[in-house]
Amino acid sequence: MAPSSGTDGAYGPGALKRPKRSPGRFGMALVQGCAVLTVAVLVFIIGYVMVKGARVMTPGFLLGSPEKMGREGGIFPSIVGTVSLTLASVIIAAPLGIGTAVFLTEYTQEGLFSRIVRFGTESLAGIPSIIFGLFGFLFFVIRLGMGWSILSGSLTLAAMMLPTIVRTSEEALRSVPDVYKETAYALGASRWQTVASVVLPTAMPGIVTGVILAMGRAVGETAAVIFTAGSSLRLPKSIFDPVRTLPVHFYILAREGISIENAYGTAAVLLSAVLLVDFAAYYILHRISKKRPVARR
Amino acid sequence: MGTESMSAGAKVTAKDFRLYYGDFLALKGLNVDFPDKSITAIIGPSGCGKSTFLRSINRMNDLIEGVRVAGEIVYQGTNIYDPSVDLMWLRSRVGMVFQRPVAFPLSIYDNVACAPRVQGVRKRSELDEIVERSLRGVGLWDDVKDDLKKSALGLSLGNQQKLCIARAISTNPDVILLDEPASALDPIATLVLEDLMWKLREDYCLVIVTHNMQQAARASDYTVFMLGGEVVETGPTRQVFTNPRDPRTERYITGKLV
Repeated sequence: MAPSSGTDGAYGPGALKRPKRSPGRFGMALVQGCAVLTVAVLVFIIGYVMVKGARVMTPGFLLGSPEKMGREGGIFPSIVGTVSLTLASVIIAAPLGIGTAVFLTEYTQEGLFSRIVRFGTESLAGIPSIIFGLFGFLFFVIRLGMGWSILSGSLTLAAMMLPTIVRTSEEALRSVPDVYKETAYALGASRWQTVASVVLPTAMPGIVTGVILAMGRAVGETAAVIFTAGSSLRLPKSIFDPVRTLPVHFYILAREGISIENAYGTAAVLLSAVLLVDFAAYYILHRISKKRPVARR
Repeated sequence: MGTESMSAGAKVTAKDFRLYYGDFLALKGLNVDFPDKSITAIIGPSGCGKSTFLRSINRMNDLIEGVRVAGEIVYQGTNIYDPSVDLMWLRSRVGMVFQRPVAFPLSIYDNVACAPRVQGVRKRSELDEIVERSLRGVGLWDDVKDDLKKSALGLSLGNQQKLCIARAISTNPDVILLDEPASALDPIATLVLEDLMWKLREDYCLVIVTHNMQQAARASDYTVFMLGGEVVETGPTRQVFTNPRDPRTERYITGKLV
């Protein structure tokens, strides 16, 4: 409080005095508390898993094969399985999702068809992952006879990733200024050339973010994967082989009480991988979108 | 008399050109010659149709829904609104530079190279040559030749606008349309741009829309004064500014709004 400041006299004593308990300060404390709590939850989860798993995370664990159902040995096949499954699903979902987004933003007026497409993708986002798993199992694994395999799993995961990719790509594409498109047209570009040479490169940082977000979701997915990619502990040789991804491995180790210690080790590896991908994405994005100044005379 | 001197060597000619936005008649039958190897300024108050007219010359208005045109704009002996005209060809021959510099968030090299790439040029050596020639054409080459891979967004606004002109001339046009090209630039960059226009004038037919009267007076050979979708007066810039025939022109250039 500043009752003795020089301005007091002009307004009469106490005119500028603050109420003892400022509601502004209360609100500030409230939202600050929320923010601190949010960060605390994140730090606690990461810290807890890392501390518990750190002891197990040795080179032998990362590069070794599991023995005795995972009670001993390493998790190398699961790492390979997770990476290949995730990459395969991105390869399937990214072109499809980006293509849909380009169609929605550049090739169609807002109408019945575009509304149906958008409603469809949004609905996909709301479907619980276990339903995707069930569908993938019945359709890809059984009906199409793909069996438990990287292929079945990645097709299922791709369907799950689509809404995120479509929505974020659509947003990124819409944020490309119209004047860019106009300029491209003014250079004699066709619509496709405009999209390929100006709109997509400009929207790329946003699109990449969306794909990585979707990837993050796919890496950690358990329910949909256990039904479609199986739980084999062997090293996969092709996309037709079954795999046990890290989250599935972790789930089975913990659920069946095989080795809680190794479960934490697996979780720590999974978490590190996700964090690494996130940081890499952030770094790449930062580099793409950074405006590098040009030396001038 | 002014009209006569303009028709000699006209590169682009508008003949009774009309343009409708839906039912609204925005351009009411324009007859204008744009002479080759000279700068023609289109001036007039906001909403007089000067930008619409400019954008009609490379059919940019086609992108707007509900636009209809009548009459002709003749370029190289053909009416550009004839159905047989290839829009890509027209726009590569009639380049355009916009109000704000539109540098794509790509490298300086790619900003220029995207235009010839659109025309189907794929060979690296050929692209290199076009990029260098275009950047030299706008006097930017020496400044950026070591930074071609850097983002164009790092350039100053004035240099970004030069880059846009370099991109526009990379497709070998003979007409360049400039839509208030200096309105986002500071006075120094504006003068540099006008210098560049004088240089380009030796090889191109330039048409500039501006609402800056000093700029029109300084940096053009001919002036077209528009009002309410009509051409009020055309002639050599000196004559339009010192001895206008129409009282409305005089009121406008002396700053008394019409």
